[in-house]
Amino acid sequence: MKLWKAWVIARKDFSTFRTKRYVIYSLVVVPLLISIGLPILIWLGIGNAPIRPSQLPAIISGLNDVFNAFSFLFVMLAGFLPISIGAYSIVGEKLEKTLEPLLATPTTDGEILLGKVIAAFLPSVSAVYAGAVIFMVLMDAVTSAKLGYVYFPNWTVAVILLITVPLTTILSTEFSVITSARVSDARAAQQFGALIVLPLAAIYLATEIAFVSLTPANLLIISAIILVIDALLFSLSRATFRREEILTKWK
Amino acid sequence: MIETSNLTRKFGDVTAVEDLTLHVGEGEVFGFLGPNGAGKTTTIRMLACLISKTSGEARIADYEIGNSADCQKIRKIIGLVPDNVGLYEDLSAYRNLDFYGRLYECSDAQRREQIEYFLKMLGLWDVRDRPVRTFSKGMKQKLAIVRALIHDPQILFLDEPTANLDPEFQKTVRDFILELKREKRTIFLNTHNLDEAQRICDRIGILNTKLVAEGTPEQLMESLEGRKTQVQLQQVTPAVTGAVGRLGLRYVVSSGNRLVIDVSDPEKENPGIMEAIVAAGGHIQFITEKHATLEEVYLKLVRDEQ
Repeated sequence: MKLWKAWVIARKDFSTFRTKRYVIYSLVVVPLLISIGLPILIWLGIGNAPIRPSQLPAIISGLNDVFNAFSFLFVMLAGFLPISIGAYSIVGEKLEKTLEPLLATPTTDGEILLGKVIAAFLPSVSAVYAGAVIFMVLMDAVTSAKLGYVYFPNWTVAVILLITVPLTTILSTEFSVITSARVSDARAAQQFGALIVLPLAAIYLATEIAFVSLTPANLLIISAIILVIDALLFSLSRATFRREEILTKWK
Repeated sequence: MIETSNLTRKFGDVTAVEDLTLHVGEGEVFGFLGPNGAGKTTTIRMLACLISKTSGEARIADYEIGNSADCQKIRKIIGLVPDNVGLYEDLSAYRNLDFYGRLYECSDAQRREQIEYFLKMLGLWDVRDRPVRTFSKGMKQKLAIVRALIHDPQILFLDEPTANLDPEFQKTVRDFILELKREKRTIFLNTHNLDEAQRICDRIGILNTKLVAEGTPEQLMESLEGRKTQVQLQQVTPAVTGAVGRLGLRYVVSSGNRLVIDVSDPEKENPGIMEAIVAAGGHIQFITEKHATLEEVYLKLVRDEQ
């Protein structure tokens, strides 16, 4: 596999997606809503309320769970954001009739699929990181005076952002690209692609009901599972990418 | 350059191409005629390694269709213009070509030179930075042909390159194909346009799932009714028809003053015919070779097959 060819395809997709408004909106608006909205909620909750020193341990413990759950929202975001790009990746080429000339080039299935994965991965993970930085800065601004220390960054969010988020973005991207290569309609691809968010939402709910604690160790276990699924999905995407079927059966 | 032997492709129970055997030589322009659904696009897709064959053999240069390693090599030496132009509408003309140039592994210098050369040749250089969505159909078609040429391929597959274009753009594209023909490129041209096929192609194949006929345009036109000599006289008299009849040739009288005579070797037979007519008192005004048009041949062969 020639990695530079995958990069050529990814760069072309970046240029194409830059002109698609819905992609820009989903990459900018959703992360901003989370990164600004959640600190506002916390500010409304504790910002103006006087806290007695005796209440502080309980508040810190409560905030710890809330902040970890909030941080995990960025993992969900990493699962959600690549869907709009990834789902369009193959089906979009087919709809715009560009797939046939692309497949006629001396480019392998692996190079095409990797290019599509990169094209969905980089903008999505960048948007998550940008949102996370804004979120942490605003949260610290809202809570540091009350807590007496700066909550972010910490080990939990470090594992989430440096390990779990990239792996989840890859997972979602691969799933979306596979879906995109199996359906003939962009909307159907997005709807199927969105299924990837469900297990992540289940983990989020589990943290909310204190069934799972988002410690760095648990997050590493979750990340390891996602890594294995990522590897399996990439093999699956190559095995299920059938040029001929896409060219002859899709209308 | 292109060889197929009993090449067959089935989609389920439907046979799209059956037992196709043909040879296209280097530098030859081969035209593929046939009705919709005759298997022309399927043939090009098989030869371009886009879809597999069901049975039979096919080779491009020395590479075998169906062998995955060879298919990668085949893709490097062919250029394809599909029936849909398939350009990235939001990208500029230059960016579209540069993208494909990179995938075809052209060097930076080669890409720059090829893009400039072809865009200037086709009058698209000044609009190279405009998004393709702002282009007319004809401009897009020309751009799609340039895309197929960006890596200087030995063989060019063109699938209906002038379909849906107005006559002016058809001529521009046709002239460009003729220019490529002068450059001695091997061209495999799918077309519905009989006039285009006749003007451009060295040889023509008529496909209707099976290869119904194959030959030069002249051979195909002669194949329908044989060769004929048409003699226009001041008047066709019984003496003249008697003289022609005595030569043992079949003839018909057409439009009152024309004799259409079946000949097998006009270069040898025509002088004798002229002498006989003149000796019978006929006054010859014109003598021409008459044959069926390619359209007549095409329609007869396709209808017979159906």
